[in-house]
Amino acid sequence: MATEMKMKPMIRTLCAFALLAVAQLAHAILPIEHWRTSSGAKVYFVENRGLPILDVSVEVPAGSAFDTPEKSGLAAMTNGLMRLGAAGMNEDEIARALADVGAQMSNRFDSDRGGLILRTLSDPKRRNQALAVMAGVLSAPEFSAPVIEREKTRYISALKEADLTPDTQASREFNRLVFGKHPYSLRSSGEVDAVSRLHSDDLKVFHRRHYAAAQAVVAIMGDVTRKEAEAIAEQLTRALPQSGGQRLSIPEVQSLPAAVTRMVEHPASQSHIMIGAPGIRRDDPDFFTLFLGNYILGGGGFVSRITEEVRQKRGLAYSAYSNFLPLLARGPFVIGMQTRRDQAGQALAVVRSTLREFIDKGPTPEEVVAAKQNIVGGFPMRIDSNRKIHDFLALIGFYDLPVDYLETFVANIERVTAADIKATFARRVDPDRLVTVVVGADRNQTAAATR
Amino acid sequence: MTALPKILIALLLICAGLPVASAANAPADDVAVKELANGLRVIVKTDRRAPVAVNMVWYRIGSVDEQGGITGVAHVLEHMMFKGTKAVPAGEFSRLIAAAGGRDNAFTSRDYTGYFQTLHKSALPLSFRLEADRMANLVLSPEEFAKEIKVVMEERRWRTDDRPQSVMYERLLATALTAHPYRNPVIGWMNDLENLTIGDTRRFYEQWYSPNNAIVVVVGDVVPAEVFALAEQHFGPIPSKALPSRKPQDEPPQLGLKRLTVKVPAEQAQVLMAYRTPRLTKPKEEWEPYALDVLESVLSGNAAARLPQRLVKTERLAAAAGASYEGVGRGPGFFYLSGTPAQGKSAAEMEQGLRREVQRVIEEGVTQQELERVKAQAIAGQVYQRDSMFFQARQIGWLETVGLSYRDDNLFIEKLQQVTPEQVREVARKYLVDDGLTVAYLDPQPLNAAPARTAPPAGVRHGN
Repeated sequence: MATEMKMKPMIRTLCAFALLAVAQLAHAILPIEHWRTSSGAKVYFVENRGLPILDVSVEVPAGSAFDTPEKSGLAAMTNGLMRLGAAGMNEDEIARALADVGAQMSNRFDSDRGGLILRTLSDPKRRNQALAVMAGVLSAPEFSAPVIEREKTRYISALKEADLTPDTQASREFNRLVFGKHPYSLRSSGEVDAVSRLHSDDLKVFHRRHYAAAQAVVAIMGDVTRKEAEAIAEQLTRALPQSGGQRLSIPEVQSLPAAVTRMVEHPASQSHIMIGAPGIRRDDPDFFTLFLGNYILGGGGFVSRITEEVRQKRGLAYSAYSNFLPLLARGPFVIGMQTRRDQAGQALAVVRSTLREFIDKGPTPEEVVAAKQNIVGGFPMRIDSNRKIHDFLALIGFYDLPVDYLETFVANIERVTAADIKATFARRVDPDRLVTVVVGADRNQTAAATR
Repeated sequence: MTALPKILIALLLICAGLPVASAANAPADDVAVKELANGLRVIVKTDRRAPVAVNMVWYRIGSVDEQGGITGVAHVLEHMMFKGTKAVPAGEFSRLIAAAGGRDNAFTSRDYTGYFQTLHKSALPLSFRLEADRMANLVLSPEEFAKEIKVVMEERRWRTDDRPQSVMYERLLATALTAHPYRNPVIGWMNDLENLTIGDTRRFYEQWYSPNNAIVVVVGDVVPAEVFALAEQHFGPIPSKALPSRKPQDEPPQLGLKRLTVKVPAEQAQVLMAYRTPRLTKPKEEWEPYALDVLESVLSGNAAARLPQRLVKTERLAAAAGASYEGVGRGPGFFYLSGTPAQGKSAAEMEQGLRREVQRVIEEGVTQQELERVKAQAIAGQVYQRDSMFFQARQIGWLETVGLSYRDDNLFIEKLQQVTPEQVREVARKYLVDDGLTVAYLDPQPLNAAPARTAPPAGVRHGN
């Protein structure tokens, strides 16, 4: 541990929104070009000759929401194992071909999305070698049985390690209770039993169905011309599976019928606390209001109410935050923190009364002004690098956000009033129907707070 | 000696095959430097790709400067720097930066403490005014301290106490070093935190926070002359201080292999090996640190590097394996090897596997092709780093606070290119030896509570 980074909750919790905010400003400043490849994939492109770098991603609806309980982990393994043998190259040849030109290929994987992200130097020799590898990995992964057996063993051993940790236990339990039978309840990395049942054919079928050209979004950012970008998009999608037509979709998330509180024993020195419920979709009409409101409630780092009450006033936690994670279907609204186990009850009581007060009375006009100042004034920082702009292109493409979204975003943020936030939170967050999970609880401590 | 300090060596256990961080940076000719009369060094790097500026204030003060009994004080002081001055009350710093659209935070390491704001370039004067104010006028109230020390103890629990790999790393360093303060964790030992006082913290602030012990780094769409004028205006009036002398506290030579076992609740065993190595002090003349850096990459710089390729894939001895060289800093350098044994394999077998790979380097050397690959990755990394103003600023501040120069950044990549296969073999032969080695085994224990997830007793599932 060479460095202690004091990470404010903001950095983590604003992440999802930050990408969206990038979208907004980018259009005003950056000419985003978009088209479809001959194979039907959507392409989003920004040309930028400032640095000799090219960022390219291909993403499809292939996240863990497309898993089933019987085969949870399938989406993650498919995504992770594509690069371990494809198009006649074995895993070492793939890794070396990338390293030899200094290229970096990483995975995109979350509840909704699966894909690959490439960063390479933009000169033709290096970039062509890297792109050829990426195209092969996307289109013709081999999923050979020996590699899969080896990786299953590794995955399972990592899962077992994670299963012992209080944060994994908390989020597993939280997702299970918030999402019930919906696939968002599944752990994205899968469960031990399910992973041990996976077979090479499962991965091949999943790849064929999900990594299809018609489902794909290609995002290209950097040091190439439009013509070169067109050729790159064709190269990456030409050989993708051709199945599809109707876009793969995720079922609607049901609201919670009642509050649920779950205490889990664990010997950790801290209790891990998660409180929440189903939140919003990426295209939710309340998005801007909840985004701004959440900045005030628990998304704005040191200047948010939850951090103020839990950390600044009482020293109860290092990190305490609230967050909406907007997804294809309604993603989670979550309040999270960790605190010494004998004070979990106190922390729970503080955070609940903070939430209730926010919902009952709404934010002050001054808080709304300050939140707008930060979000509007902070836009330039959200598109100040190729990587951030590239992430935004991928997001806009995947979630079908309009390309002219910036102006409406800023206008929509500025239009929100304190009264809107109060009314919308009251409608969307019911403090009497929340999931509460405490891992590592001293039972007598939390019992008081749950009554 | 990769560009960024290794944040957590334990990460390598699960991320073998991390790309090599860049060893160098953009050409330094767009950098301007000025030293104010009070000793404050101001370094400005122009990057006009966005109307943004990153401001960092670095202090040459870290946990390495702590005396016994007050470990963690450098980091506690970093927290207290947000707790107000006469002009800017507690919490107001972050509120002002947020209202300007900015983001702010801070970091503490063994060698330095840094504070940063990322904001629109027009807000740079605000950032300078606030940083200058807290450099000289921190209040350090007992009430704020009483709360914040609790926050830091929560941070310690969260960061270290409940994480098996962090505990192992902490104990390994405490065992590997006998005298040098690198043996203490940056966050501090819990008992020291429990007994730390506001007086300890104030003394540390008064001794070490001064313009002649600080460096201001600005990267962004700025004009250097304007930044210098701004620095003069805000920091210029702060008087310099006579700094206490820094005791070297050099580590005596290690006299043989050390071993330790860390028993913590966990599922998997782990092995972490630390070899004492030189650190970079004269970047022009030395070659060994560069050769050790190359060795790190040959062993684990990509998914097909030696440790993942042989130990994970071919022999199936490890679930993960990696190498890491820490060769830049004010204290001793280390070369780490780490491994998680595969199911059914023991920590001892894992250690033997890692040792076999060391032996292979010593006996057979490395190939020219492996070296070319490492160099290609380093050159690319140098370019990629220019995509982030934050990383560029961090690189400058880091080099300057560990006793090197921001200019050395370019030197690194040149020197790396000159490393030969024979030199890599030579440093392995010379430094990866038992007499300078400390080996830690993580011995996994069951969770002492009953089943991890209890069945919900009647009455727990209810509305509230």
